[in-house]
Amino acid sequence: MSTRRRRRNPGVAYSDVTGTLRERTVDALRDPTLADNLRTAGDSWGAGREVMKRDFGFDEMRDRARDIRRSNIRNMPALLAELQSNVRASGGVVVRAADADEACRYITDLARARGAHVVAKSKSMATEEIKLNEAMEHAGLEVVETDLGEWIIQLANEHPSHIIAPAVHLNRDQVAALFREEAGTDDVPTDREGLVAHARVRLREKFAQAEIGISGVNLAVASTGTVCIVENEGNARLVTSQPRIHVAVMGMERVVADWDEAAHILQVLPMAAISQDAANYVNLITGPRREGETDGPEEFHLVIIDGGRGALRGSEFEEVLSCIRCGACLYSCPMWQNVGGQAYGSPYSGPIGAIITPLLEGPSSPGSRDLPFMSTLCGACGDACPVGIPLPDLLVRARARSSSPAKRKAGLAFRVWSLLWRRGITYRLTMIGWRLGLRIRGRDGWVNRLPGPGSGWTKVRDMPSKWPPRR
Amino acid sequence: MRTCLSDAIAPKVWKATRRALERAGVEVKVPRGQTCCGQPAWTAGHPDQARAVARHTIKVFAGSDEVVVPSGSCAGMVIHAYPELFAGQPDEEDALDLALRTIEFTQFLAKHDLDPRAKACGALTVHDSCHMLRVLDENESPRDALAKVPGCEVREMAHADQCCGFGGVFALNFPELSGRLGEQKAQAAAATGAPEVVSCDLGCLMHIAGRAHRTGIPIRARHISEVLGS
Repeated sequence: MSTRRRRRNPGVAYSDVTGTLRERTVDALRDPTLADNLRTAGDSWGAGREVMKRDFGFDEMRDRARDIRRSNIRNMPALLAELQSNVRASGGVVVRAADADEACRYITDLARARGAHVVAKSKSMATEEIKLNEAMEHAGLEVVETDLGEWIIQLANEHPSHIIAPAVHLNRDQVAALFREEAGTDDVPTDREGLVAHARVRLREKFAQAEIGISGVNLAVASTGTVCIVENEGNARLVTSQPRIHVAVMGMERVVADWDEAAHILQVLPMAAISQDAANYVNLITGPRREGETDGPEEFHLVIIDGGRGALRGSEFEEVLSCIRCGACLYSCPMWQNVGGQAYGSPYSGPIGAIITPLLEGPSSPGSRDLPFMSTLCGACGDACPVGIPLPDLLVRARARSSSPAKRKAGLAFRVWSLLWRRGITYRLTMIGWRLGLRIRGRDGWVNRLPGPGSGWTKVRDMPSKWPPRR
Repeated sequence: MRTCLSDAIAPKVWKATRRALERAGVEVKVPRGQTCCGQPAWTAGHPDQARAVARHTIKVFAGSDEVVVPSGSCAGMVIHAYPELFAGQPDEEDALDLALRTIEFTQFLAKHDLDPRAKACGALTVHDSCHMLRVLDENESPRDALAKVPGCEVREMAHADQCCGFGGVFALNFPELSGRLGEQKAQAAAATGAPEVVSCDLGCLMHIAGRAHRTGIPIRARHISEVLGS
C-alpha cells in the first residue's frame, strides 16, 4: 500500500495576486524601462547559450543531465533515505516537512529555542516558495537577504522576477534609489562598482550579528550527505560558515545519487543559467563543524520539503521534478521577456512557474489557475531547458487540468464547436456564416471590430476580410 | 488537408497549395467533409472536444498515401499531439497511422524533390512559425522551395526564431501581450526592407498582418503556397 500522501493544496497559497493575470501583463507592458531591462538580459543570455553550444558541446551535456535527473526522480524515496542517514552520520539534523507550515514552524521554533535575533539568508527559491521570511518576521526575527539581487528586492518589497537573477527587472538607477532609501542618505554611489561596494559594507555588518544562516540547496548528494550551493557572490559561503547555526532548505527533488552525477549537473547548471562553464563559488557542505576544525557552524539542519512534490511522481507532470532551477526557460520565453516575472504573481515565473505554481497550489487556486494559459506554446522554453523537460507539452496538460472561470466559459463554446465541426455539413454552415459576417463587416478588406470572443482579437489588431490582406 | 483557417479567411491558400502540387506532378485529392485537426480545443485545455473533431479528421483522411498540410501548426498537431490525444483510445492505431502519413507542404516538396515551377517573385522575408521550427524542427524546406523561385530574394529578419505572439487562444486571452509581440515581429519584418513576409502558417500571418495594419507598419503578408503556387 502506498503511504504517499495526496496533498492537493499543501498549506499556504504563495502566489500573491493583485488584479487578474491579464491586468498584470497590461501594467507590465506600460512600464517603459521594464522591457528594455529584460530584453538586455534575455539577449545576452541567448548569445551566451550559442557559445555554450559551440565551445562546450552543451547539447550533448544536456542529454546526460536529462538522464541523470530522470533517474533521480525514479529513485527519489531511496535517495532521500540515503541522504538522510548520511547527513545524520556526519552530525547534521534532517527534518522532513510535508508542507510550508511544517517547514516554517521548525525553523522559527529553532530560532526561538536558540534565542536568535538576526538571520542572514543566501538565495533560495524554496524559502520564497514557503514564505519563510514572512514567517520569521512574524516571529520577531530580523531577516537579511545577503544575495545582492535578493537584498534589492527585499528593499523594494517585491517578488523575485527571475529564479537566479531576482532583480533583473530593475536597472542601475532604480537600484541606487532603493539603496539611498535604505541607507537614509543621498550619499550612495550610482555606478555599478560603487553600488556593489556599498551593498557589501551594509551586508557585512549583518553577517557579524547573525546567529542563524539560512541557505537553499542546489543539489544534495545522497552518497555522502553533502549539500551543494552554487553562487557567484561569496555571500552563501559566509551565510553557511559565519553564524553559529546553518539551516539548509531544499525541495525534496534536489537529490542526486553520487558525485559523478553531481559533477555533471554542477557544470550544466551555470552553463544553462548564466552561460558560464563554472560558477564562481561552489560550496560543498557535509554536516556541521567537526572536532579539530577551526570554522563552520556548530549546528547543521537540513529541511527537506515535500510541498506537493511527492504526489507528482508517477503523474503526467513528473518531469517537472527534474528541474534544476536554472531560469533558462524564463530568459528564452517571449512572454517573460516582455512582462517579467512579477506579472506571474508567484516566486516561480516563466514557463516552469506557469506549470509548477498551479501544481503546488492546486488547480483551482485563484492566484495561479490562469498561469498555464499565458503562453503562445512557441516551444522556446523546451529548447532552452538543460534537462529536457517538455515544457510546452506540460503547459497544454496544465491547461487541461486548470479550472479557471475563463476556461470554463470557453468550455461551453468549445462544446458547441466540437459538435458542429465533427461533421462536414455543419462545419460548412459555420464557415458560410463566418465568411458572410466578414463580408458584411469588412471595410477596405479589413474588419476592425468583432463581437463576443472575437473582441479579444480586434482589441489590438484587425481581421483581414480579403486575402491576401491589403495594406 | 485544407485547414480550417484557410477555409475561414483565405481559401486561396489551399487552392494555391493544390495548384503547386499538381504542377509538380502530384495527384491531389481534397477529401470532402474535412474540417479541422482539433488544435484550437487541444491547446485551450479541452482534450475531449478536440478528440471528437480529430476523430472525424482521422476518418476523412483514411486511405490517402500522404496527407499534405499547408500549415506547420496543423501538421505538428497531427504528428506530435495526436499520439498523446489518442493514447489508450480505441482508435489509437488509426491516429498513429495518420500521424505517420502527415507532412507539411514544403517538407513534402523537399522530401520528394519537387519543383512547383512558380512564377517569379521579388524580395521577401520569411517568418518561421514556432510549430514549424520547434515542433517539426524545420527551417530549411521553405527556404529551399523559395530558392527555386525565379528572382526570389529572401531577406532574413532579426530575431527570426522569436514567436510572433499569435498562439491560438492566447491571442484572445492576452491581447495586449500578443499584440506587443506581433508588433515586434511586424517591425522586424519591415526592417528588412522586403515588401512582404511569407510563412508556412496562416495563423501567424493573419496576426502579424492584422497588427501591422492596426499600427501602420508597412508590411504585406502572403502564405508560402501563394508564392509557390503562383
